[in-house]
Amino acid sequence: MVKITVNGREHALDLDPETPLLWVIREHIGLTGTKYGCGIAQCGACTVFLNGAAVRACSTPLSAAAGGSILTIEGLESAQGRAIQAAWAELDVVQCGFCQSGQIMSATALLTQNPSPTDADIDAAMSGNICRCATYARIRSAIKQAAAALA
Amino acid sequence: MRNRIENLSRRVFLKQGLAVGAGLTLGIHLGAVPRRLDAAPGATALPEELAPNAFVRIGTDDSVTVIVKHLEMGQGTYTGLPTLVAEELDARWDQVRVEGAPADAERYNNLFWGPAQGTGGSTSMANSWEQMRKAGAVARQLLVEAAAKRWKVDPQEIQVRDGQLSHASGQLASFGELAEAAAELPVPEDVFLKDPEAFRLIGDAALRRKDTADKIDGSARYTQDVALPGLLTAVVAHPPRFGARLKSLDAEAALAIEGVEKVVQIPSGVAVLAGDFWTAKRGRDRLTIAWDESDALRLGSDEILEQYKALAEGPGAVATAEGDAETALGSAAKVIAADFAVPFLAHASMEPLNCVILPEEDGVRVINGEQSQTRTQAGVAEVLGLEPGQVSIEMLYAGSSFGRRGNPRADFTSEAAEIFKAAGGKTPIKLQWTREDDTRAGWYRPLFFHRVRAGLDAEGKPVAWHQRIVGQSIAADAGMEARMVVDGVDRLSVEGAANLAYAVPNLYVDLHSPKLPVPVQWWRSVGHTHTAFAVECVIDELAEAAGRDPVDFRMELLEGHPRHQGVLRLAAEKAGWGEPLPDGKARGAAVHASFNSYVAQVAEVSVRGKAFSVDRVVIAVDCGIAVNPDVIKAQMEGGMGYGLAAALVSSLTLKDGRVEQSNFHDYQVLRMDKMPEVEVHILPSAEAPTGVGEPATPVIAPAVANALAAATGQRLRTLPLELA
Repeated sequence: MVKITVNGREHALDLDPETPLLWVIREHIGLTGTKYGCGIAQCGACTVFLNGAAVRACSTPLSAAAGGSILTIEGLESAQGRAIQAAWAELDVVQCGFCQSGQIMSATALLTQNPSPTDADIDAAMSGNICRCATYARIRSAIKQAAAALA
Repeated sequence: MRNRIENLSRRVFLKQGLAVGAGLTLGIHLGAVPRRLDAAPGATALPEELAPNAFVRIGTDDSVTVIVKHLEMGQGTYTGLPTLVAEELDARWDQVRVEGAPADAERYNNLFWGPAQGTGGSTSMANSWEQMRKAGAVARQLLVEAAAKRWKVDPQEIQVRDGQLSHASGQLASFGELAEAAAELPVPEDVFLKDPEAFRLIGDAALRRKDTADKIDGSARYTQDVALPGLLTAVVAHPPRFGARLKSLDAEAALAIEGVEKVVQIPSGVAVLAGDFWTAKRGRDRLTIAWDESDALRLGSDEILEQYKALAEGPGAVATAEGDAETALGSAAKVIAADFAVPFLAHASMEPLNCVILPEEDGVRVINGEQSQTRTQAGVAEVLGLEPGQVSIEMLYAGSSFGRRGNPRADFTSEAAEIFKAAGGKTPIKLQWTREDDTRAGWYRPLFFHRVRAGLDAEGKPVAWHQRIVGQSIAADAGMEARMVVDGVDRLSVEGAANLAYAVPNLYVDLHSPKLPVPVQWWRSVGHTHTAFAVECVIDELAEAAGRDPVDFRMELLEGHPRHQGVLRLAAEKAGWGEPLPDGKARGAAVHASFNSYVAQVAEVSVRGKAFSVDRVVIAVDCGIAVNPDVIKAQMEGGMGYGLAAALVSSLTLKDGRVEQSNFHDYQVLRMDKMPEVEVHILPSAEAPTGVGEPATPVIAPAVANALAAATGQRLRTLPLELA
C-alpha cells in the first residue's frame, strides 16, 4: 500500500510501486487533465508538482512519490497558477489543448521560482514542453503577461 | 458559386434599398432535427426547445447550442462555426454553447465532399460559410415571428440584438422566453442573410475561443480520457517492418502478469488487453513474437532516394505542358538546375492515436476525436459485419491531428474494431497507441524528390521551367485514384507546382509515383509541403541569377495574380524588406497559395558558422473574409511553426526497412527555444472565407532557405536544412 496526497486528498493505493505516477493519477485516481504524450519525459504533457517541484509524472514511479504531496492541473490554486490561467484565457493560447495542462504547470513552476523571467529564462524552463500546434509565441506572451499581473 | 451569392446579395441590397442588416433571401435545405430520445448527442431536442434545423437549438434557459459538424483539433471550428450562427441569429457570444455533431453523412456532410462527413483540406469554414449562417438566420426569423405574434406587431418592426428581441412599444424578450412559442411555428422556406457591412461578430478580433476554458483547467475531454465501467485498454504490438506478418506468438509471459485479461491476434498485430494502460503495456512488452518478414520492405531512406533519382532520369506522367520547355531551356541564356529532397515525416500529434468502441443495443458506439466519420463508420462496420448506420460516433476533442486522424483507410479505428471483435464484441475497449507506435506505424508524409531546371533569357526573364517530381501517391494509398488521379497524375503530388503562378511561358511538370509498402498520407498542407519548397527556392535562385531583388522579381512575375501580390507586398513591407541588417543576419521571402488562401512569409535568420537561428517571421495572409481574426492569426503562427519543425529538425528515416526513430528524443520537433518572434497581418477581403489551418505550413521552409542563401550564399535544397 502506497500513500500519496493528490490535490489535498489522501489516497492509499495497492499498486505495483513501479507504476508511473501519470497512470496512477489518470486511471486510479481519475484525474485526466494530466496527459500521456511520450512516456519518456520528453514532451512535458504529464507535468505535475511533487512536493512543490515540477516533475514529469510519466517517468516518476509511484514509489518515488510515496508519502508525497502532488498537485495536478485540477488542483492549481496558487496566485501564480491563477495568473497563468488568466493570461492563457486572455490571449487564447490554446489550440488543440492537449499539451496545455503541462505547459501551465511548467509556466506556474517558472513564475513561482522566478517572478520576472527573461526570454532566455522562459526558453530554459519551457523547452521541455512540446506543443505540436506551436502555440509557443502565445505561451511566451502569456507568461510575461502573468508575471506583469503579479508584479 | 459562393462568390456569386455574395455579389447577388449586394445587388439585392442596392436594388431594393434595404436598410443595413438586411440581405439576400435564400432557399434553405438544412436537415431537420428528429425528436428521438435514442439518437446520439447533438441529434435530439427537447419538445420545448427551438430546434429548427440540425445546427442550432435554443433552450428555454436562453442557451443557444450550436452543433458543429467538424472536429475541433485546435484549428478553431468550435469557435468559427458558432460565430456564423451567432452572427445571423444576433445572439450574445456568451450564451452560445457548442456541441460536436453525431455521425450522419446526410445532415452533417462536408459540403465540398459530397455525401461524406469529415474534416480536412482546410474546408471547415469555407464549406460551412453559408450553411451555418442560414441555420442562424432561420432561428432568428422564427423568434421574430413568435415575438410578432405575441406582441401583435409587424415582424418588420422587431429588432434583434445581443440575444434580445425588442419593439418600439417597449416590449422585450429573450431568446429563451420565445423558444417554446417559436418551436410551434413552421420553419421558413427562405431567409435573409446579413450584408457583410452589418456583421458584428464576424471579424471581431476580441471574440474569444469557446474551448479555452476547458483546455486550461484540465476538464477538456479527449479520447485518452474516456473511462467506462468494464473498459479494457488495448496496447498493440505492430510489426517491426512494413509488410511483415505474424508468424508465431507466445503470450504466456504477458498473460502471467496480474491484470492482463486477454491477448488477441488481429490483422495488424497482437493486442494485449487489461483494465489499465500500464498493465496492458507491460503485457505487450512481454509478448514473444516471430514475424514473417519475407515480403517486408528492407530498404533504407538513402536507397529509396537513390531509386527516385534514377527514376528522375526518365519522363513521368505529364501534369502540365505549356509551350515547349525543353527547347526553351536549350536556347536560354542561363539555366538553373536544382535537386530537392524531403524526408518521410510523422504527424506526431500530441495525443497518440486512440479510439474507444463499446457495444450498443443495435450496433456499436465509437468515442473518438473523429476526423473522418463516414470512413470510420464504413471501416468499423466492415470489420464487425454491421451496416455503417449501426456505428454511432461520439465526438470528442482531438489532441491535434494534422491529417493523421483522418486516415483514408480508417486504420486505427478499424484496428480498434478488430480488437473489439477479437475480444468477444461485448466489452468496451480503448485502443491506445504508445508514442513509439504513433511514430513507427506508418501513414507518413511521403519522401519526395524534385529535379528542376529553369531558364532565363538574356534580359533575365524566365523562359522555361521543367520540374520532375518523384514520390509515392497519397491517393493510391487512400484508394482514391478515381477521384484524384488524372491521366496518371496524383494531383496531391503536384499541387503547388503544376499550377505555377509565376509567368513562365514554357512550363512542364511531370510525375513518377513509385510504389512502396510504407503507407503514406496527407500531412498538414499535403503536396504543398514539398512543392512550395522546390518552387519558392528555384524562383529565388532565378532572381539571384537575374541580378534582381527576389521580392521585386516575384511581384513582376505575379502580374495577374493580385492576391499573391497583395500578401507578398504586405509581408515585405511589414518585415522592413530591403532595410539593412547587422552582419550575419539576412531575410528570405516566400509566397504560396494553397487551400484557396494566399500566404507570404519573410523570415529573418542569424548565422554563426554552421549554426543558425530563425529570429523573426512576418506573415501576411489573404483568406477571404476573416471570420475570427485571432483564430486566423493563431493558425498562421502555429501552421508556420509546424512547417518550421520540418524545415529545421524533423526527419523520419528508414534503415533496412525499420523506422530509425521512435519518440521525441530522436524524432525531433519544434520546441520553445526555436520558435521565432512571429507577426501576422491579415489582408482585408470581401471574398468568401477560405482555408487557414494548412496554408501557412509550406511557406516557411523556402523562406528560411532563401534567407540562409542570402546570408551565406549556400542554396540548401534538402530538408531539414543544414548549413555546410
